[in-house]
Amino acid sequence: MKRVAYYKGCSLEGLAAEYDRSTRLVCEAFGIELVEIPDWNCCGSTPAHSYDPLLSAALAGRNLAIAADQGCEMVMSPCPGCLKSLKGAQETCEDPKLRKPFVDLVGRDVDGMKTVSLLQLLYEEVGPEALQKAVRRPLTGHTLIPYYGCLLTRPAQKAKFDDPENPVSLDRLLEATGAAVPDFPYKTECCGATYGVTRNDFVGRLSGRILDMAERLGGEAIVVACPLCQQNLDMRQDQINKYRSSAFHLPVPYISQVLGLALGMSPKMLGLDKLCVSPDILLEDRTQDREAQGSAG
Amino acid sequence: MERTNTLSIQQSRDSEFIREVEEESGQSVSKCYQCGNCMASCVYTFAYDYPVTQIMRLIQLGQRDSVLKSDAIWLCANCQACTTRCPNNIDVAQVMETLRIMSRKEHTVSQPDIQAFYDEFLRSVKTFGRVFETGLLPVYNFRAKKPFTDLDLAPRLLKKGKLTFFPAMVKKRQKIAEIFEVVKRDRFSKDGKTRPEAHSAKTDS
Repeated sequence: MKRVAYYKGCSLEGLAAEYDRSTRLVCEAFGIELVEIPDWNCCGSTPAHSYDPLLSAALAGRNLAIAADQGCEMVMSPCPGCLKSLKGAQETCEDPKLRKPFVDLVGRDVDGMKTVSLLQLLYEEVGPEALQKAVRRPLTGHTLIPYYGCLLTRPAQKAKFDDPENPVSLDRLLEATGAAVPDFPYKTECCGATYGVTRNDFVGRLSGRILDMAERLGGEAIVVACPLCQQNLDMRQDQINKYRSSAFHLPVPYISQVLGLALGMSPKMLGLDKLCVSPDILLEDRTQDREAQGSAG
Repeated sequence: MERTNTLSIQQSRDSEFIREVEEESGQSVSKCYQCGNCMASCVYTFAYDYPVTQIMRLIQLGQRDSVLKSDAIWLCANCQACTTRCPNNIDVAQVMETLRIMSRKEHTVSQPDIQAFYDEFLRSVKTFGRVFETGLLPVYNFRAKKPFTDLDLAPRLLKKGKLTFFPAMVKKRQKIAEIFEVVKRDRFSKDGKTRPEAHSAKTDS
Protein backbone atom coordinates (compact mmCIF):
# COMPACT_ATOMS: atom_id res chain seq x y z
CA MET A 1 0.00 0.00 0.00
CA LYS A 2 1.35 3.39 -0.94
CA ARG A 3 1.51 5.87 1.95
CA VAL A 4 0.81 9.47 1.09
CA ALA A 5 0.50 12.42 3.46
CA TYR A 6 -2.88 14.07 2.99
CA TYR A 7 -3.22 17.84 3.25
CA LYS A 8 -6.89 18.49 2.69
CA GLY A 9 -7.08 22.21 3.38
CA CYS A 10 -9.85 24.32 4.92
CA SER A 11 -12.36 24.11 2.05
CA LEU A 12 -12.55 20.34 2.35
CA GLU A 13 -13.54 20.74 5.96
CA GLY A 14 -16.42 23.06 5.09
CA LEU A 15 -18.11 23.72 1.77
CA ALA A 16 -16.21 20.94 -0.01
CA ALA A 17 -16.68 18.17 2.59
CA GLU A 18 -17.90 15.79 -0.13
CA TYR A 19 -14.61 16.27 -2.00
CA ASP A 20 -12.79 15.04 1.11
CA ARG A 21 -15.08 12.08 1.59
CA SER A 22 -14.96 10.92 -2.04
CA THR A 23 -11.18 11.46 -2.27
CA ARG A 24 -10.61 9.14 0.68
CA LEU A 25 -12.90 6.48 -0.78
CA VAL A 26 -11.34 6.49 -4.24
CA CYS A 27 -7.77 6.44 -2.91
CA GLU A 28 -8.63 3.58 -0.60
CA ALA A 29 -10.15 1.64 -3.49
CA PHE A 30 -6.83 1.86 -5.33
CA GLY A 31 -4.71 0.91 -2.34
CA ILE A 32 -3.40 4.38 -1.60
CA GLU A 33 -3.21 5.06 2.13
CA LEU A 34 -3.88 8.70 2.90
CA VAL A 35 -2.34 9.85 6.17
CA GLU A 36 -3.96 13.10 7.21
CA ILE A 37 -1.30 15.52 8.42
CA PRO A 38 -1.89 15.80 12.19
CA ASP A 39 -2.86 19.27 13.45
CA TRP A 40 -2.51 20.74 9.96
CA ASN A 41 -3.09 24.48 9.49
CA CYS A 42 -4.35 26.75 6.70
CA CYS A 43 -1.85 27.51 3.91
CA GLY A 44 -2.85 31.18 3.98
CA SER A 45 -3.99 31.02 0.35
CA THR A 46 -4.04 34.24 -1.74
CA PRO A 47 -4.31 36.60 1.25
CA ALA A 48 -1.01 35.31 2.69
CA HIS A 49 1.08 35.46 -0.45
CA SER A 50 -0.19 38.90 -1.38
CA TYR A 51 0.87 40.04 2.10
CA ASP A 52 4.30 38.46 2.34
CA PRO A 53 5.80 35.47 0.52
CA LEU A 54 7.50 34.28 3.72
CA LEU A 55 4.16 34.19 5.57
CA SER A 56 2.71 31.98 2.85
CA ALA A 57 5.82 29.77 2.79
CA ALA A 58 5.91 29.34 6.57
CA LEU A 59 2.18 28.62 6.93
CA ALA A 60 2.24 26.02 4.14
CA GLY A 61 5.71 24.82 5.16
CA ARG A 62 4.64 23.90 8.70
CA ASN A 63 2.40 21.23 7.18
CA LEU A 64 5.20 19.87 5.01
CA ALA A 65 7.45 19.76 8.06
CA ILE A 66 4.90 17.72 10.02
CA ALA A 67 4.50 15.35 7.05
CA ALA A 68 8.28 14.96 6.84
CA ASP A 69 8.41 14.19 10.58
CA GLN A 70 5.85 11.45 9.96
CA GLY A 71 8.20 9.89 7.43
CA CYS A 72 6.11 10.73 4.37
CA GLU A 73 7.92 11.69 1.19
CA MET A 74 4.85 12.53 -0.82
CA VAL A 75 2.14 15.03 0.10
CA MET A 76 -1.14 15.19 -1.79
CA SER A 77 -3.54 18.10 -1.68
CA PRO A 78 -6.87 17.98 -3.55
CA CYS A 79 -6.93 21.81 -3.57
CA PRO A 80 -4.80 23.44 -6.28
CA GLY A 81 -4.56 26.65 -4.23
CA CYS A 82 -3.13 24.78 -1.24
CA LEU A 83 -0.83 22.87 -3.57
CA LYS A 84 0.56 26.10 -5.01
CA SER A 85 1.32 27.29 -1.47
CA LEU A 86 3.04 23.99 -0.63
CA LYS A 87 5.17 24.30 -3.74
CA GLY A 88 5.93 27.91 -2.82
CA ALA A 89 7.17 26.67 0.57
CA GLN A 90 9.47 24.15 -1.12
CA GLU A 91 10.88 26.90 -3.35
CA THR A 92 11.44 29.17 -0.37
CA CYS A 93 13.25 26.38 1.44
CA GLU A 94 15.60 25.98 -1.53
CA ASP A 95 16.21 29.73 -1.85
CA PRO A 96 19.63 30.46 -0.31
CA LYS A 97 18.46 33.86 0.97
CA LEU A 98 15.22 32.66 2.53
CA ARG A 99 16.20 29.18 3.67
CA LYS A 100 17.32 30.28 7.13
CA PRO A 101 14.27 32.42 8.05
CA PHE A 102 12.05 29.65 6.66
CA VAL A 103 13.72 26.87 8.65
CA ASP A 104 13.69 29.06 11.77
CA LEU A 105 9.93 29.50 11.42
CA VAL A 106 8.88 25.94 10.64
CA GLY A 107 11.55 24.11 12.61
CA ARG A 108 13.17 22.05 9.84
CA ASP A 109 13.89 21.86 6.12
CA VAL A 110 11.44 20.22 3.74
CA ASP A 111 13.95 19.06 1.12
CA GLY A 112 13.14 16.20 -1.21
CA MET A 113 9.39 16.11 -0.62
CA LYS A 114 7.10 15.48 -3.58
CA THR A 115 3.90 17.51 -3.62
CA VAL A 116 1.07 16.48 -5.94
CA SER A 117 -2.57 17.18 -6.68
CA LEU A 118 -5.24 14.49 -6.39
CA LEU A 119 -5.39 14.47 -10.20
CA GLN A 120 -1.65 13.86 -10.51
CA LEU A 121 -1.75 11.14 -7.85
CA LEU A 122 -4.60 9.32 -9.58
CA TYR A 123 -3.10 9.77 -13.03
CA GLU A 124 0.42 8.68 -12.12
CA GLU A 125 -0.20 6.11 -9.39
CA VAL A 126 -3.36 4.54 -10.81
CA GLY A 127 -3.64 5.62 -14.44
CA PRO A 128 -6.41 5.30 -17.04
CA GLU A 129 -5.76 1.62 -17.78
CA ALA A 130 -6.05 0.36 -14.20
CA LEU A 131 -9.05 2.61 -13.72
CA GLN A 132 -10.77 1.21 -16.79
CA LYS A 133 -10.32 -2.32 -15.44
CA ALA A 134 -11.84 -1.34 -12.10
CA VAL A 135 -14.98 0.29 -13.55
CA ARG A 136 -18.17 -1.40 -12.28
CA ARG A 137 -20.73 1.15 -13.40
CA PRO A 138 -19.60 2.50 -16.81
CA LEU A 139 -20.61 6.05 -17.63
CA THR A 140 -21.10 5.08 -21.27
CA GLY A 141 -23.56 7.36 -23.02
CA HIS A 142 -22.82 10.33 -20.72
CA THR A 143 -20.96 13.42 -21.86
CA LEU A 144 -18.55 14.88 -19.30
CA ILE A 145 -16.69 18.17 -19.57
CA PRO A 146 -13.14 18.16 -18.15
CA TYR A 147 -12.39 21.47 -16.44
CA TYR A 148 -8.95 21.93 -14.87
CA GLY A 149 -9.09 25.56 -13.82
CA CYS A 150 -6.13 27.88 -13.77
CA LEU A 151 -3.78 26.46 -11.13
CA LEU A 152 -3.86 22.69 -11.55
CA THR A 153 -1.14 22.68 -14.21
CA ARG A 154 0.18 26.23 -13.93
CA PRO A 155 2.59 27.87 -13.65
CA ALA A 156 4.35 25.07 -15.53
CA GLN A 157 7.70 25.51 -13.74
CA LYS A 158 6.02 24.92 -10.40
CA ALA A 159 3.28 22.43 -11.29
CA LYS A 160 5.60 20.13 -13.27
CA PHE A 161 2.61 18.09 -14.39
CA ASP A 162 0.74 17.72 -17.66
CA ASP A 163 0.55 20.61 -20.14
CA PRO A 164 -0.08 24.16 -18.90
CA GLU A 165 -2.21 25.12 -21.91
CA ASN A 166 -3.82 21.88 -22.98
CA PRO A 167 -3.75 19.36 -20.14
CA VAL A 168 -5.21 15.91 -20.90
CA SER A 169 -4.85 13.86 -17.70
CA LEU A 170 -8.40 14.52 -16.53
CA ASP A 171 -9.71 13.84 -20.06
CA ARG A 172 -7.96 10.44 -20.07
CA LEU A 173 -9.26 9.45 -16.63
CA LEU A 174 -12.82 10.42 -17.53
CA GLU A 175 -12.63 8.55 -20.84
CA ALA A 176 -11.63 5.45 -18.87
CA THR A 177 -15.06 5.51 -17.20
CA GLY A 178 -16.66 5.04 -20.62
CA ALA A 179 -17.98 8.60 -20.83
CA ALA A 180 -17.71 10.78 -23.92
CA VAL A 181 -15.25 13.61 -23.23
CA PRO A 182 -15.34 16.46 -25.74
CA ASP A 183 -12.33 18.68 -26.34
CA PHE A 184 -13.06 21.57 -24.02
CA PRO A 185 -11.48 24.84 -25.17
CA TYR A 186 -11.91 26.55 -21.77
CA LYS A 187 -10.11 23.85 -19.77
CA THR A 188 -7.74 26.24 -18.07
CA GLU A 189 -9.69 29.52 -18.25
CA CYS A 190 -10.13 31.26 -14.90
CA CYS A 191 -13.52 30.77 -13.17
CA GLY A 192 -13.35 34.07 -11.27
CA ALA A 193 -11.37 32.67 -8.35
CA THR A 194 -11.88 34.39 -5.01
CA TYR A 195 -14.00 37.15 -6.55
CA GLY A 196 -17.21 35.28 -5.78
CA VAL A 197 -17.47 37.32 -2.61
CA THR A 198 -15.84 40.64 -3.49
CA ARG A 199 -16.68 41.03 -7.21
CA ASN A 200 -19.56 38.68 -7.87
CA ASP A 201 -20.10 39.99 -11.41
CA PHE A 202 -16.61 38.72 -12.36
CA VAL A 203 -17.74 35.20 -11.53
CA GLY A 204 -21.00 35.79 -13.41
CA ARG A 205 -19.00 36.71 -16.46
CA LEU A 206 -16.14 34.18 -16.30
CA SER A 207 -17.87 31.13 -14.85
CA GLY A 208 -20.85 31.99 -17.04
CA ARG A 209 -18.65 31.65 -20.09
CA ILE A 210 -17.43 28.23 -18.93
CA LEU A 211 -20.97 26.97 -18.28
CA ASP A 212 -22.07 28.30 -21.66
CA MET A 213 -19.31 26.50 -23.55
CA ALA A 214 -19.91 23.29 -21.60
CA GLU A 215 -23.58 23.39 -22.50
CA ARG A 216 -22.87 24.10 -26.16
CA LEU A 217 -20.65 21.02 -26.30
CA GLY A 218 -23.52 18.89 -25.03
CA GLY A 219 -22.00 18.40 -21.59
CA GLU A 220 -24.17 16.87 -18.89
CA ALA A 221 -21.75 17.72 -16.12
CA ILE A 222 -18.56 19.69 -15.63
CA VAL A 223 -16.00 17.62 -13.74
CA VAL A 224 -13.62 19.62 -11.56
CA ALA A 225 -10.65 19.06 -9.27
CA CYS A 226 -10.68 22.35 -7.34
CA PRO A 227 -13.00 23.37 -4.48
CA LEU A 228 -13.05 27.01 -5.55
CA CYS A 229 -13.91 26.24 -9.19
CA GLN A 230 -16.63 23.94 -7.87
CA GLN A 231 -18.13 26.62 -5.62
CA ASN A 232 -18.14 29.20 -8.38
CA LEU A 233 -19.69 26.92 -11.00
CA ASP A 234 -22.14 25.04 -8.77
CA MET A 235 -23.00 26.98 -5.61
CA ARG A 236 -23.04 30.26 -7.55
CA GLN A 237 -24.83 28.89 -10.63
CA ASP A 238 -28.06 30.67 -9.65
CA GLN A 239 -26.18 33.94 -9.18
CA ILE A 240 -24.59 33.42 -12.61
CA ASN A 241 -28.00 32.73 -14.17
CA LYS A 242 -29.31 35.93 -12.64
CA TYR A 243 -26.31 37.90 -13.91
CA ARG A 244 -26.59 36.52 -17.45
CA SER A 245 -30.36 36.01 -17.55
CA SER A 246 -29.57 32.39 -18.43
CA ALA A 247 -30.99 29.08 -17.27
CA PHE A 248 -27.98 26.81 -16.83
CA HIS A 249 -28.62 23.63 -14.94
CA LEU A 250 -25.31 21.81 -15.10
CA PRO A 251 -24.10 19.64 -12.23
CA VAL A 252 -20.46 20.17 -11.21
CA PRO A 253 -19.17 17.02 -9.48
CA TYR A 254 -15.62 16.50 -8.27
CA ILE A 255 -13.33 14.10 -10.14
CA SER A 256 -13.31 11.82 -7.08
CA GLN A 257 -17.12 11.65 -7.06
CA VAL A 258 -17.31 10.74 -10.73
CA LEU A 259 -14.59 8.11 -10.48
CA GLY A 260 -16.20 6.73 -7.31
CA LEU A 261 -19.49 6.45 -9.15
CA ALA A 262 -17.82 4.57 -11.99
CA LEU A 263 -16.20 2.24 -9.44
CA GLY A 264 -19.70 1.37 -8.25
CA MET A 265 -19.72 3.29 -4.98
CA SER A 266 -22.99 4.58 -3.60
CA PRO A 267 -23.93 8.17 -4.57
CA LYS A 268 -24.80 8.88 -0.95
CA MET A 269 -21.39 7.80 0.32
CA LEU A 270 -19.73 9.97 -2.31
CA GLY A 271 -21.78 12.95 -1.12
CA LEU A 272 -23.44 13.55 -4.49
CA ASP A 273 -26.49 14.88 -2.63
CA LYS A 274 -24.31 17.71 -1.27
CA LEU A 275 -23.94 19.36 -4.67
CA CYS A 276 -26.22 22.34 -5.28
CA VAL A 277 -27.20 21.31 -8.81
CA SER A 278 -28.36 17.71 -8.62
CA PRO A 279 -26.06 15.31 -10.50
CA ASP A 280 -28.74 12.57 -10.64
CA ILE A 281 -28.63 12.59 -14.44
CA LEU A 282 -25.28 10.78 -14.15
CA LEU A 283 -26.98 7.87 -12.38
CA GLU A 284 -28.96 6.95 -15.48
CA ASP A 285 -27.70 3.68 -16.89
CA ARG A 286 -27.27 4.20 -20.61
CA THR A 287 -25.11 1.19 -21.41
CA GLN A 288 -28.14 -0.64 -22.85
CA ASP A 289 -29.10 2.32 -25.10
CA ARG A 290 -25.60 2.30 -26.48
CA GLU A 291 -25.67 -1.40 -27.27
CA ALA A 292 -29.11 -1.08 -28.86
CA GLN A 293 -27.86 1.84 -30.92
CA GLY A 294 -24.77 -0.12 -31.91
CA SER A 295 -26.74 -3.13 -33.14
CA ALA A 296 -29.24 -0.92 -34.98
CA GLY A 297 -26.49 1.07 -36.69
CA MET B 1 -8.02 56.73 -10.64
CA GLU B 2 -5.43 59.26 -11.84
CA ARG B 3 -4.19 58.62 -15.36
CA THR B 4 -0.50 58.96 -16.02
CA ASN B 5 0.21 62.27 -17.68
CA THR B 6 2.26 61.14 -20.64
CA LEU B 7 3.30 64.72 -21.50
CA SER B 8 5.11 65.14 -18.21
CA ILE B 9 6.11 61.53 -17.73
CA GLN B 10 9.74 62.39 -16.98
CA GLN B 11 8.68 64.43 -13.96
CA SER B 12 6.87 61.52 -12.38
CA ARG B 13 9.69 59.08 -13.11
CA ASP B 14 11.21 57.19 -10.21
CA SER B 15 14.33 55.50 -11.54
CA GLU B 16 14.59 53.20 -8.50
CA PHE B 17 11.18 51.68 -9.09
CA ILE B 18 12.06 49.13 -11.78
CA ARG B 19 15.11 48.01 -9.80
CA GLU B 20 12.96 47.45 -6.70
CA VAL B 21 10.31 45.51 -8.64
CA GLU B 22 12.95 43.35 -10.32
CA GLU B 23 14.71 42.62 -7.04
CA GLU B 24 11.57 41.80 -5.11
CA SER B 25 9.99 39.68 -7.85
CA GLY B 26 13.16 38.09 -9.21
CA GLN B 27 11.85 38.87 -12.70
CA SER B 28 13.46 40.89 -15.50
CA VAL B 29 10.75 43.40 -16.28
CA SER B 30 13.20 45.18 -18.61
CA LYS B 31 12.92 42.23 -21.01
CA CYS B 32 9.29 43.05 -21.79
CA TYR B 33 8.98 44.24 -25.39
CA GLN B 34 5.25 44.96 -25.29
CA CYS B 35 4.00 42.07 -27.45
CA GLY B 36 0.66 42.16 -25.64
CA ASN B 37 0.32 38.41 -25.10
CA CYS B 38 -0.32 38.89 -21.38
CA MET B 39 -3.03 41.46 -21.99
CA ALA B 40 -4.72 39.29 -24.62
CA SER B 41 -4.62 36.25 -22.31
CA CYS B 42 -5.89 38.09 -19.25
CA VAL B 43 -9.61 37.53 -18.65
CA TYR B 44 -9.70 40.51 -16.28
CA THR B 45 -8.53 43.09 -18.83
CA PHE B 46 -12.14 44.30 -19.10
CA ALA B 47 -12.02 45.45 -15.48
CA TYR B 48 -8.49 46.91 -15.38
CA ASP B 49 -7.63 50.59 -15.55
CA TYR B 50 -4.29 49.69 -17.15
CA PRO B 51 -4.07 46.40 -19.06
CA VAL B 52 -1.19 44.28 -17.79
CA THR B 53 1.03 45.10 -20.81
CA GLN B 54 0.77 48.77 -19.84
CA ILE B 55 1.56 47.95 -16.21
CA MET B 56 4.78 46.34 -17.44
CA ARG B 57 5.61 49.43 -19.52
CA LEU B 58 4.79 51.80 -16.66
CA ILE B 59 7.23 49.90 -14.44
CA GLN B 60 9.91 50.32 -17.10
CA LEU B 61 9.11 54.04 -17.17
CA GLY B 62 9.43 54.30 -13.38
CA GLN B 63 5.82 55.35 -12.81
CA ARG B 64 5.60 54.18 -9.21
CA ASP B 65 2.43 56.05 -8.27
CA SER B 66 0.37 55.05 -11.29
CA VAL B 67 1.33 51.40 -10.87
CA LEU B 68 0.98 51.03 -7.12
CA LYS B 69 -2.33 52.92 -7.06
CA SER B 70 -3.78 51.05 -10.03
CA ASP B 71 -6.95 48.98 -9.88
CA ALA B 72 -5.31 46.37 -12.11
CA ILE B 73 -2.85 44.98 -9.58
CA TRP B 74 -5.65 44.31 -7.09
CA LEU B 75 -8.09 42.86 -9.63
CA CYS B 76 -5.54 40.32 -10.90
CA ALA B 77 -6.63 36.82 -9.82
CA ASN B 78 -3.16 35.31 -10.19
CA CYS B 79 -4.52 32.80 -12.74
CA GLN B 80 -1.11 32.44 -14.47
CA ALA B 81 -2.35 32.90 -18.06
CA CYS B 82 0.08 35.81 -18.59
CA THR B 83 3.00 33.90 -17.10
CA THR B 84 2.23 30.85 -19.23
CA ARG B 85 2.24 32.84 -22.46
CA CYS B 86 5.05 35.38 -22.00
CA PRO B 87 7.56 34.79 -24.82
CA ASN B 88 10.35 36.23 -22.63
CA ASN B 89 9.59 33.86 -19.76
CA ILE B 90 8.75 36.70 -17.42
CA ASP B 91 6.60 35.46 -14.56
CA VAL B 92 4.13 38.31 -15.04
CA ALA B 93 1.76 37.03 -12.35
CA GLN B 94 4.68 37.12 -9.90
CA VAL B 95 5.36 40.74 -10.89
CA MET B 96 1.71 41.60 -10.20
CA GLU B 97 1.99 39.84 -6.84
CA THR B 98 5.10 41.83 -5.97
CA LEU B 99 3.23 45.03 -6.86
CA ARG B 100 0.37 44.07 -4.52
CA ILE B 101 2.82 43.51 -1.70
CA MET B 102 4.53 46.85 -2.42
CA SER B 103 1.22 48.69 -2.55
CA ARG B 104 0.26 47.21 0.83
CA LYS B 105 3.52 48.40 2.33
CA GLU B 106 3.08 51.87 0.85
CA HIS B 107 -0.61 52.04 1.79
CA THR B 108 -1.81 52.68 -1.76
CA VAL B 109 -4.23 49.75 -2.10
CA SER B 110 -6.89 50.78 -4.61
CA GLN B 111 -9.51 48.19 -3.56
CA PRO B 112 -10.13 48.54 0.18
CA ASP B 113 -12.88 45.92 0.25
CA ILE B 114 -10.64 43.26 -1.31
CA GLN B 115 -7.97 44.14 1.22
CA ALA B 116 -10.59 43.90 3.98
CA PHE B 117 -11.56 40.43 2.79
CA TYR B 118 -7.92 39.29 2.77
CA ASP B 119 -7.31 40.84 6.19
CA GLU B 120 -10.29 39.03 7.69
CA PHE B 121 -9.13 35.80 6.09
CA LEU B 122 -5.68 36.17 7.66
CA ARG B 123 -7.18 37.14 11.00
CA SER B 124 -9.18 33.91 10.92
CA VAL B 125 -6.01 31.90 10.17
CA LYS B 126 -4.07 33.68 12.91
CA THR B 127 -6.83 33.08 15.46
CA PHE B 128 -7.89 29.53 14.68
CA GLY B 129 -5.04 28.20 12.56
CA ARG B 130 -7.61 27.48 9.86
CA VAL B 131 -10.15 29.51 7.92
CA PHE B 132 -13.61 29.60 9.39
CA GLU B 133 -15.70 30.07 6.23
CA THR B 134 -19.03 30.72 7.92
CA GLY B 135 -17.54 33.26 10.31
CA LEU B 136 -15.51 35.10 7.70
CA LEU B 137 -18.36 36.37 5.57
CA PRO B 138 -20.43 38.32 8.12
CA VAL B 139 -17.34 40.19 9.31
CA TYR B 140 -16.37 41.02 5.73
CA ASN B 141 -19.93 42.14 4.94
CA PHE B 142 -19.81 44.47 7.91
CA ARG B 143 -16.38 45.89 7.13
CA ALA B 144 -17.04 46.30 3.40
CA LYS B 145 -20.48 47.77 4.14
CA LYS B 146 -22.12 45.17 1.89
CA PRO B 147 -24.39 43.41 4.41
CA PHE B 148 -26.24 41.25 1.90
CA THR B 149 -23.28 39.60 0.18
CA ASP B 150 -24.09 35.92 -0.49
CA LEU B 151 -27.11 35.97 1.80
CA ASP B 152 -29.02 34.34 -1.08
CA LEU B 153 -26.83 31.25 -0.72
CA ALA B 154 -27.57 30.66 2.95
CA PRO B 155 -30.91 28.76 2.83
CA ARG B 156 -29.63 26.19 0.35
CA LEU B 157 -26.31 25.69 2.13
CA LEU B 158 -28.14 25.27 5.42
CA LYS B 159 -30.38 22.65 3.88
CA LYS B 160 -27.36 20.80 2.47
CA GLY B 161 -25.73 20.90 5.89
CA LYS B 162 -22.77 22.75 4.46
CA LEU B 163 -22.51 25.58 6.94
CA THR B 164 -20.33 24.94 9.95
CA PHE B 165 -21.08 26.94 13.07
CA PHE B 166 -17.94 26.29 15.04
CA PRO B 167 -14.44 26.97 13.82
CA ALA B 168 -12.07 24.01 13.48
CA MET B 169 -9.06 24.86 15.58
CA VAL B 170 -5.44 23.87 15.32
CA LYS B 171 -4.04 22.67 18.66
CA LYS B 172 -0.77 24.53 18.27
CA ARG B 173 -2.43 27.86 17.45
CA GLN B 174 0.31 29.59 19.37
CA LYS B 175 2.82 28.45 16.75
CA ILE B 176 0.69 29.89 13.93
CA ALA B 177 0.30 33.22 15.72
CA GLU B 178 4.07 33.23 16.22
CA ILE B 179 4.66 32.81 12.46
CA PHE B 180 2.47 35.87 11.87
CA GLU B 181 4.31 37.90 14.52
CA VAL B 182 7.80 37.05 13.27
CA VAL B 183 6.93 37.76 9.63
CA LYS B 184 5.34 41.08 10.59
CA ARG B 185 8.32 42.08 12.72
CA ASP B 186 10.87 41.29 10.00
CA ARG B 187 8.76 42.92 7.33
CA PHE B 188 8.94 46.30 8.97
CA SER B 189 12.49 46.11 10.22
CA LYS B 190 15.28 48.43 9.07
CA ASP B 191 14.00 50.82 6.42
CA GLY B 192 10.40 50.13 7.35
CA LYS B 193 9.63 49.08 3.81
CA THR B 194 11.24 45.81 2.91
CA ARG B 195 12.92 42.87 4.52
CA PRO B 196 16.70 43.35 4.54
CA GLU B 197 17.57 39.99 2.95
CA ALA B 198 15.12 40.60 0.10
CA HIS B 199 16.94 43.87 -0.62
CA SER B 200 20.29 42.22 -1.11
CA ALA B 201 18.82 39.55 -3.42
CA LYS B 202 20.16 39.60 -6.95
CA THR B 203 18.01 39.13 -10.04
CA ASP B 204 19.29 36.82 -12.71
CA SER B 205 19.39 39.47 -15.41
